[in-house]
Amino acid sequence: MQPLEMSAVDLVAALRQGDITAVECATVFLDRIEATNGSINAFLAVDREGALARAADIDARRKAGKPVGPLAGLPVALKDVLCTADMPTTCASKMLAGFRPPYDADVVARLRRADAVFVGKTNMDEFAMGGSNENSAFGPVRNPWDLSRAPGGSSGGSAACVAADMAPVAIGSDTGGSIRQPAGLCGITGLKPTYGRVSRRGLIAFASSLDQIGPMARSAADCALIMETIAGHDPGDSTSLAVDVPRYTDLIDKPLTGVRIGRVPEHFAAGLDPEVAKGVEEAFAVLMAAGATVHDVQLPHAKYGIPTYYLIAPCEASSNLARYDGAHYGHRAEPGKGHRAEAGGQRSAGQAGGFESPLVEMYCRSRAEGFGPEVKRRIMLGTYALSAGYYDAYYAKALRVRRLIRQDYLDAFQTVDLIGGPVSATPAFKLGEKTDDPLAMYLVDLYTVGTNLAGVGGISFPCGFTKSGLPIGFQLQAPPLAEPLLLQAADRFQRLTDWHRRRPQAMEGGKA
Amino acid sequence: MSTNTPYTTIIGLEVHVQLMTRTKLFCGCSTKFGGAPNTQVCPTCLGLPGSLPVMNRQAFDLALRAALALECTIAPFTKWDRKNYFYPDLPKGYQISQFDLPFSSDGFLEVVDPKGAFEPRRVGIVRVHLEEDAGKSMHDDAAGTGDTRIDLNRAGTPLCEIVTQPDLRSPQEARAWLNELKLLLVYLGVSDCNMQEGSLRVDANVNLHIPVPATAGAEARIAKTPIVEIKNMNSFRSVERALTYEAARQWEEWQATKAEMGKTPKQTRGWDDPAGITRAQRHKEESSDYRYFPEPDLVPVTVTAERIQSIRGGMGEPPVSLRKTLASQWQISAYDADVLVNQGRELVDYFEDLATRVGEGKVASNWMQQDVLRILNETNGTVSAFPVRPAGLADLIGRVKKGDFDTSRAREIFAEMVTSGRPVDDVVAGMGISAVSDDDVIALCRELLAANPKIVADVKSGKEQAAAGLIGQAKKKNANVNPGKVRAICLDLIREMG
Ligand SMILES: [Zn+2]
Repeated sequence: MQPLEMSAVDLVAALRQGDITAVECATVFLDRIEATNGSINAFLAVDREGALARAADIDARRKAGKPVGPLAGLPVALKDVLCTADMPTTCASKMLAGFRPPYDADVVARLRRADAVFVGKTNMDEFAMGGSNENSAFGPVRNPWDLSRAPGGSSGGSAACVAADMAPVAIGSDTGGSIRQPAGLCGITGLKPTYGRVSRRGLIAFASSLDQIGPMARSAADCALIMETIAGHDPGDSTSLAVDVPRYTDLIDKPLTGVRIGRVPEHFAAGLDPEVAKGVEEAFAVLMAAGATVHDVQLPHAKYGIPTYYLIAPCEASSNLARYDGAHYGHRAEPGKGHRAEAGGQRSAGQAGGFESPLVEMYCRSRAEGFGPEVKRRIMLGTYALSAGYYDAYYAKALRVRRLIRQDYLDAFQTVDLIGGPVSATPAFKLGEKTDDPLAMYLVDLYTVGTNLAGVGGISFPCGFTKSGLPIGFQLQAPPLAEPLLLQAADRFQRLTDWHRRRPQAMEGGKA
Repeated sequence: MSTNTPYTTIIGLEVHVQLMTRTKLFCGCSTKFGGAPNTQVCPTCLGLPGSLPVMNRQAFDLALRAALALECTIAPFTKWDRKNYFYPDLPKGYQISQFDLPFSSDGFLEVVDPKGAFEPRRVGIVRVHLEEDAGKSMHDDAAGTGDTRIDLNRAGTPLCEIVTQPDLRSPQEARAWLNELKLLLVYLGVSDCNMQEGSLRVDANVNLHIPVPATAGAEARIAKTPIVEIKNMNSFRSVERALTYEAARQWEEWQATKAEMGKTPKQTRGWDDPAGITRAQRHKEESSDYRYFPEPDLVPVTVTAERIQSIRGGMGEPPVSLRKTLASQWQISAYDADVLVNQGRELVDYFEDLATRVGEGKVASNWMQQDVLRILNETNGTVSAFPVRPAGLADLIGRVKKGDFDTSRAREIFAEMVTSGRPVDDVVAGMGISAVSDDDVIALCRELLAANPKIVADVKSGKEQAAAGLIGQAKKKNANVNPGKVRAICLDLIREMG
């Protein structure tokens, strides 16, 4: 089997056994990126030189009998929201174009210690805000299954690069569905772990109380392998959980006998694409055939998920993104005449073009030029909702609803072990289809935001294809820290089906 | 209150103190003052993308210590909030602070003037909370570029914010209370309260309550002038001066405008120290909406009763009770105890060491007040660097008690000990002072009595004070004699004469 088609688990084994060297492996994927990225735009930066040097070092150590890490030689793509000391980190924003962090994110450091080989940084919606990857300042990612369609977002580059065999594994981040939705639309497997399971240190924050990093790969087994490296307590992230990391790869190969899976009837109401509904129902049948039982459960407050999410996330974002002001790093507007960075300075409306001070002018113009429209929209939403007089009606109320939503999940998990359903209401939509309608775009997160609001884990994997050949995603959600069960169920499903093995025809030969 | 003004001055203070931690509140950077700009920084205090805060437990414990000493109620559960505003010395665009659930509230600190310049005043503490400091902006006009330079070494330094009730009634009280607060925080080891280095900053809120007599149409009432917040005061003396100025200014304004509180927004005025006046600042700050919300990057803090207990245990004695302890343990006056305690813990330690060696608090206290403190004040010295240690001074005092020399002679010896840093015996030898034997004194006295029959007669007739004339003569004959001894022996001899 060619490296491009191998699972991460098999690649690591082949590298360990010497069937392939790390340099050979890296070269295969780097060549694939070179051949394919032009049509997909999944990568914002490719580090060919760095990857090959790293691979050569691993090969040398292995040859010399020196210790190598558990992922030695495995190519990994990183969403460009993760800080890397040796590659630019831009969040797909003009604001951070060319920005080089002085440090590695905790997950990046863990993967480095495990001797993974970073091939590059993947495209995304700007600051992880979006569900189609069209909000990237560096152009949209195209869905490898149909280049006229969106890959989903915000981890669209990570999803597309795995789907198009440009990397066996990519790391994504999920604030309201940003791992699971693009994984579903691109026909790959993506895990959003329990909040706090993976350290957020070095993940450029969108909405701190919702953001979580997770693996995106071709199979649940590959996700399990990556989780063993990236999960774990980080004293540098106060919200990271001090709970031991299980050996996910050892735990997943178990039958589903007796596992109770919840099904939320409202998920199948109007708005769900019939082909998606059919695929999802068939997935339930497969899980039942594997020994699981399916039961209806209620999530009474799920209908408030989208409005709750679109208050909490923008509120936090409005504050998290305040640091991009042009003063210390990132994009700064060219200073006007008589520029003077002093807030207390005299009004100089004449020379500063109506700004109350040159400093305010710098702030306003830097942010106006550096941020894209969706980022601005969310900053404005959040700023408004946190303002005096509105806080109680919006943010405080959203926090109360969030608690109710979390309680719904915890109540449901009293009677079932997992909750299953669709990831998205439709398969991949056309590029440009929703860009004029922000509200329609917000609804792409309908089935996924609850997981983040509740702080629990979820996994998305392919459960079929539409007649036109687009992947259909299935989602499972689990109680806090039940990642082993999520991975076990998804792995069991993948042992009984081959949807996750299908490759996009459009990509054969590396050309569209 | 000032009894000679037709109004009452109402003052509340907002004090920020830097906690004496080795590292910053949310990262491991040093808090040391005076480093080259931007050398004590990391991704967290620079607000770099992806960086996260981690709470410094020592800072929280120090803040707890301060709040406990201020008799505050400690919240069992407290959280962090973000205060959002844009400024170049605030790299994250928000300050991590505490908004609606401060870790402590509802305390007090009393200030008593030992000279009774004002009534003892118990000042309520609304709240004490913990927050991070911002960096420093320096406007570089000299270079002609008008650039602003930012130093983020201070960004993230732990600050305790202490907000009082408007309980102070005069600028003098405000200054005295601040002295008491500073003394307390320094005793506790919470802060060095160095205003020059910015580790203590004060803003004051002030307005006037003016009795308005009844008129035909209205009952008598109290009119309240608009509250003014005064900033930019860089010493306690400035606080007193600024408040004095501001009270007078408000009184004048009241007479001119009759403007009352609530009808105009709260004003911020900056103290111009050289000019000795307050100036109105722009209204912008008051209209700020900080959009506070809970800091999602930090977890709430719970404070257990055990933790409070352990902090109380390690707190040391605060000044207010130390004054009482000293007064009762060493039998010294409340005034003396106050003077000693107000000099700080080190001086109290010196005194207690001295008093223990001397075995008599009053004598030790007198030496402290009249000699040690006087010299420290004159030389602007610190007690830790004072060349005469308690053992040396106790030695000298012991010799005086033994009658080797009188107090004024001992003072000369002490002054020489301070200058030379040498012990009593060396100094005494060096000054040619030798103790005079009792036999020599008796012989000298007999000689004097023989030469002064008039004095002897006066004493015999009951005028003992006439013996003073003998002492002067004795000193002329032998500089080293102890005048007290001469007097006592002369009186004895006269009595023996019958
Ligand atoms: Zn730092």
